Amino acid sequence: MNTIAEIGLLAEHYDIAVVGAGPAGLAAAARAAELGLSVLLADESPAPGGQIYRAITTTPVADRAVLGEDYWKGGALVARLERTEAAYAPGCTVWSVAPDEAGGFELGLSLNGKARLIAAAQIILATGAQERPFPIPGWTLPGVMTAGAAQIALKSSGLVPSGRTVIAGCGPLLYLLAGQLAAAGANIVAVLDTTPRRNWLAAIAAFPDFLRSPYLAKGLRLMTQARRKLPFRTGVTALAAEGADKVTAVKAQRGGASETIACETLLLHHGVIPGINLSNAAGCAQEFDPEQHCWTPEVDDWFASSIPGIAIAGDGAGIGGAESAALRGEMAALDAARRLGRFSEAERDRRAAPIRGALARSLRGRRFLDLLYRPAETFLAPPADETIVCRCEEITAGQIRDTASRLGVTGPNQMKAFLRCGMGPCQGRLCGPTVVELIAQAHGVSPAEVGYSRLRPPVKPITLAELAALPPTDAAVKAVVR
Amino acid sequence: MSGERRSADVIVIGGGIHGCSTALHCAMRGMSVILIEKDHAGRHASGVNAGGVRQLARHVAEIPLSNASMALWHRIEDLVDDDCGFTSDGQVLVAEDEEDLGNCRARVAELTLRGFHHEELIDAAELRRLVPAVSDSCPGGVVSRRDGAAIPLRATQAFKRKAAELGAEIREGVRVTSVSRDGTNWRVGTDEGNFLSPRIVNAAGAWADRIAADLGEPVPLEVIAPMLMITAAMPAFIRPVVILRKRKLSFKQFRNGTVLIGGGYLGRAIRDENRTVLDWAKLATNAGTVWDLFPIMRAAPVVRAWAGIEARMPDDLPVFGRSAKHEGVYHQFGFSAHGFQLGPGAGAVMAEIIATGSSNVPIDGLGIARFAQPAACQRIASTTGEDR
Repeated sequence: MNTIAEIGLLAEHYDIAVVGAGPAGLAAAARAAELGLSVLLADESPAPGGQIYRAITTTPVADRAVLGEDYWKGGALVARLERTEAAYAPGCTVWSVAPDEAGGFELGLSLNGKARLIAAAQIILATGAQERPFPIPGWTLPGVMTAGAAQIALKSSGLVPSGRTVIAGCGPLLYLLAGQLAAAGANIVAVLDTTPRRNWLAAIAAFPDFLRSPYLAKGLRLMTQARRKLPFRTGVTALAAEGADKVTAVKAQRGGASETIACETLLLHHGVIPGINLSNAAGCAQEFDPEQHCWTPEVDDWFASSIPGIAIAGDGAGIGGAESAALRGEMAALDAARRLGRFSEAERDRRAAPIRGALARSLRGRRFLDLLYRPAETFLAPPADETIVCRCEEITAGQIRDTASRLGVTGPNQMKAFLRCGMGPCQGRLCGPTVVELIAQAHGVSPAEVGYSRLRPPVKPITLAELAALPPTDAAVKAVVR
Repeated sequence: MSGERRSADVIVIGGGIHGCSTALHCAMRGMSVILIEKDHAGRHASGVNAGGVRQLARHVAEIPLSNASMALWHRIEDLVDDDCGFTSDGQVLVAEDEEDLGNCRARVAELTLRGFHHEELIDAAELRRLVPAVSDSCPGGVVSRRDGAAIPLRATQAFKRKAAELGAEIREGVRVTSVSRDGTNWRVGTDEGNFLSPRIVNAAGAWADRIAADLGEPVPLEVIAPMLMITAAMPAFIRPVVILRKRKLSFKQFRNGTVLIGGGYLGRAIRDENRTVLDWAKLATNAGTVWDLFPIMRAAPVVRAWAGIEARMPDDLPVFGRSAKHEGVYHQFGFSAHGFQLGPGAGAVMAEIIATGSSNVPIDGLGIARFAQPAACQRIASTTGEDR
């Protein structure tokens, strides 16, 4: 592995550029490099691992039991990449991916405050998942953060929230994090479980599959451990963070009764959804997945997107978890190698056969989790008008509802012109799904009918100075010389 | 919007600000109107442009139309029940050196001779007063004080809503596939059946050449994708919109602090897919101009860049007015990346021409006849209408 510390050290052109060094990206880059292709693995973080294996090579958390055995599996993925010739650029943001006129792609990247354009014949986006926005009254108060953010602090710096901590929401990652934080010494005073009870009705049909899944043992262990040790409250139907200039309490509604719990930290989480900003901005088609209840890029059996040459591997193309992400990365790399003429379709299929089998096994039981932990309507489309939805522009649920119904605004792209929601620096990462949900509710249609925002590059901001100093590409120089 | 009406006094093809404005003004004159738009109103050029409401630096052939429009912009809320985000802090053309300023002086003198007084030459002191952040090296410029900016999609949708309120039927998501003669009517074929009207307005923007070709009036329309970018909020430092003459730049700070940077650098338009591809090397040049002119902007984070799909004519002037060949056909397209400001007024003038046969606002030099080809090359509408 060739670690790139300066943007000038990148090559002008790679066979494959992989974006994101989580399990999918690490596996894709390793497999492609093993096949003799020139590979760039660009990743925003200072060290490999993505979210699930964040700081796997650098974490100060020495006690292996705190983060759990599954976490340490990430080490093998990094070790495999290290044995290849792949170029690995940590701290490198890919802010644009667009087709060039030669049939390949132009990537805009930034590293250490310098930007550059390079070319790649094939692209594998492995940008992973993001937490589903969880807008409740008071969620913008200091002291309220996502469970994922707390996990980042734990993995990369060994930090746990200080003082009384409440965790609220639903989903397997919530229980995992609750267990990890408790093991690391956090003072968890309540776990407020918002899993709607009626979800069991929908999920039960998928239960037989779940019984044969790898999730089962892990899931049961997580649940029983967390429940035994932590003060669980189930059936929570409404949440509000309270406090003047920081959170001081959380108010929870359960079966008609309301309870106020004093706390200094409130961690929110109700599942993860694909991070689609880069694929969307690149122009990849996406669809609404009703079971995972999120927008997902359209991909084929090889995780190829609607744009030939761009594949989307891992949770960025639908939530499947770390193990499936790595397998999907391998498959995408094999198909990219086939597209580059390394081998035939038959050879690709032969090499992929065992991976495909493992992939199917790794995804078994997923549907049960999706159905069981599907967030309640009330947390997807906040009923209280004053709840802030777009944090960048401070737009409330009431404003969005009103604009949708009174002005007949039918989609998030139009909504931007009236309220600017989704036009701040986060480009809708924190409000996009909620805005769609509220518009759908106002018009009595499904989120699929409302559609999602067209996102624009740069998908992460770059400074004007960085852009102005963009060095001319080889292609541009040649065009002038000619 | 029952979706039942199949014929009307006027059919407008295209739901940009021009189509919506014409639909509104026709409805205000009591005509029944159907507007047909393949996407949604303001989906393309009208919704994603820089929002400049500018009389400054316009071609003289456009100035009367621009003047008519500016009068409407200044009472836009009365017209469409929405302020459209319109603010009027003027637009300033900054001269970058003495030679540039000399050209500004000549331009203002020429306009004065023609009886137009909206552009005013300014010296370095007045430039600094209007645009304190501008680089010290700039010796002056031109200001058009009634100019300003609005929010494009919001404005376009306001025209649409008001037109609908006055009875116009707005059919969004319906694509026109053919236009042909049917007795005394024009038959507008769409993917949702035929519509009939004695009068049609071709306001189809970057797709208008296809309608014109169907009518046997082919035009050399170029499909372009002018790029824009916007920064995160910066401390307030400029009120007017700033443009340059020598280098391409249009620069505007919104009230919320964000700064819009454009100037007409082109990306790639893929019009059949409703898609554009940005050219970052050109955006880098665009950013470089700002770097030179406004040192305060160097650390500003660029948060989004995009391009719209627009129509440009070879002479950079719109095609506006009656068809050169057919009774009952009107063209209103090809605004060449500066049509937003013209929308309200052009719609009013077009409705007047449709209703009365003429308008007091001169539109000489904008007709489609200027692109007429020898008769042998022209296609005949009635034989080509169905075959596409």
